[in-house]
Amino acid sequence: MRRAARLAVPLGIGFAFLYLPILLMVLFSFNDSRLVTTFTGFSTRWYVALWENEALMQAAGLSLRIAAVSATMATVLGVIAGFALARMGRFRGRTAFAGAMAAPLVMPEVITGLSLLLMFVAMEQAFGFPAGRGADTVAIAHATFGAAYVAVVVQARLADFDTSLEEAAMDLGARPWKVFFLITLPLTAPAIAAGWLLAFTLSLDDLVIASFVSGPGASTLPMVIFSAVRLGLTPDLYALATLLVGLVAVGLVIASWIAWPRRRG
Amino acid sequence: MKGRLGRALVLALPWSWMALFFVVPFVIVLTIAFAEPSEGLPPYTPLWRWTEEGGPIIQLNLANFRLFLEDPFYLEAGLRSLRVAAVSATLCLLVGYPMALAIARAPERWRTLLLMLVILPFWTSFLLRITAWIGILQDQGWLNGALLALGVIQEPLQLLYTDIALYLGVTYCYLPFMVLPLYATLSKLDPALLEAAEDLGARPSRAFLQVTLPLSMPGVVAGFLLVFIPAVGEFVIPELLGGPDAQLVGRVLWMEFFQNRDWPLASALAVVLLLLLVAPIAIFQARAAREAA
Repeated sequence: MRRAARLAVPLGIGFAFLYLPILLMVLFSFNDSRLVTTFTGFSTRWYVALWENEALMQAAGLSLRIAAVSATMATVLGVIAGFALARMGRFRGRTAFAGAMAAPLVMPEVITGLSLLLMFVAMEQAFGFPAGRGADTVAIAHATFGAAYVAVVVQARLADFDTSLEEAAMDLGARPWKVFFLITLPLTAPAIAAGWLLAFTLSLDDLVIASFVSGPGASTLPMVIFSAVRLGLTPDLYALATLLVGLVAVGLVIASWIAWPRRRG
Repeated sequence: MKGRLGRALVLALPWSWMALFFVVPFVIVLTIAFAEPSEGLPPYTPLWRWTEEGGPIIQLNLANFRLFLEDPFYLEAGLRSLRVAAVSATLCLLVGYPMALAIARAPERWRTLLLMLVILPFWTSFLLRITAWIGILQDQGWLNGALLALGVIQEPLQLLYTDIALYLGVTYCYLPFMVLPLYATLSKLDPALLEAAEDLGARPSRAFLQVTLPLSMPGVVAGFLLVFIPAVGEFVIPELLGGPDAQLVGRVLWMEFFQNRDWPLASALAVVLLLLLVAPIAIFQARAAREAA
């Protein structure tokens, strides 16, 4: 009994701290009142208001597109990098490569955003590409830090990977590329899928880097939310938060179901 | 020989991508930090130009860095950033350590679920979670409402736009980064060590202080750095929850860039921010590399 209490108290405090703010938002997204703090009655009007908010819907569409494209690019880059780091042993420049792959994980966003913007400006001056800034430059920026996350996930999966299947295939005469596509890739697929989802979510959530590298006419969802929050709290923001929490909860359940399949028996 | 060429080809794509979009941009930031602001686009002067005789002239403008030394505003922003990050990381440790320990000692079938509950908020919109805290802390907010209703206070407390709000916001947003590395070390601890301590007569508190805590130090350091490093450059939280005087480096950089359009000064701030973080990032990377090996 005492042991159970010792476990429950810190978890109770911690999870209350993490979830009370979210629960309050969910509750007040169904509030009838315009006031964001007193509950007057149940209503779904803020969801309707959300649906009718064209700027927000457009930004959401743009953000979803950018997230899908950048997560896919990040997955290609991150999978290669993760394989290189986990499987290629001590190749020349490994430390520098590992450093370059891991640095975006801890780099403050203002630095990443500013440096990428200056890079895009310099490239435009030198080569005329990318012409101007918008969704494309945001996608490139997101792919860069997304790749770092995918690489970590894939590398971790490969680190505790049973190589005997690959060895068996090679012994049976399969060529390396065939081993890779028929054995290694399918077995790492859950980690790759989890990495893609992580890159997708991070892209969807990014305000700072997108604000630096985006251009006029390409406002992502976080940029629109940010300017709305600066003007003041409105309940439709809570409705949006509720939808996102629901979406993420469903996504995470699916992702964990893929990544950690139930052991049989 | 063929293997080596194959490897080089495989590595070429991520290598060149990271070089182009991560390493080269830093070099550009470093050069523009020494440029002078100008009207026009891009709003800075080139560092070198060709004289009429045909030789290059390189002009380094040190005014930005001199400004940081002379104007106390920037020095204070730097110190304040370090303080906010350190306080918040400590708060994360105080909340996160008991959580991580409890998860590590929970029955095995619960652990995945508990860990997932720690990570879940991290996957939902960062901005909207900050927004929730505005609703909690503002003058007519939920917290003041609850305290007034209970009769604890007679007048609403000023909570939003204070340092308390800032610490709470950073702690709230970065807590998962503290719990995960702590859990990773704590779950690997050999329970036999604790049993041995108990058999030798140590009380639980003493066993914790002399066995568990010292052995979990790698997790403590990793978690502290994972919170501290991004928190030093944080922009959104001080902007939305902090007061007008909560000028942290990230916020000042943002202001110089977006409001004052002083790209060289913003770049110089990025260089200074990076210098502040070189030591913690190096420690973090060295530890990560050692663990991977």
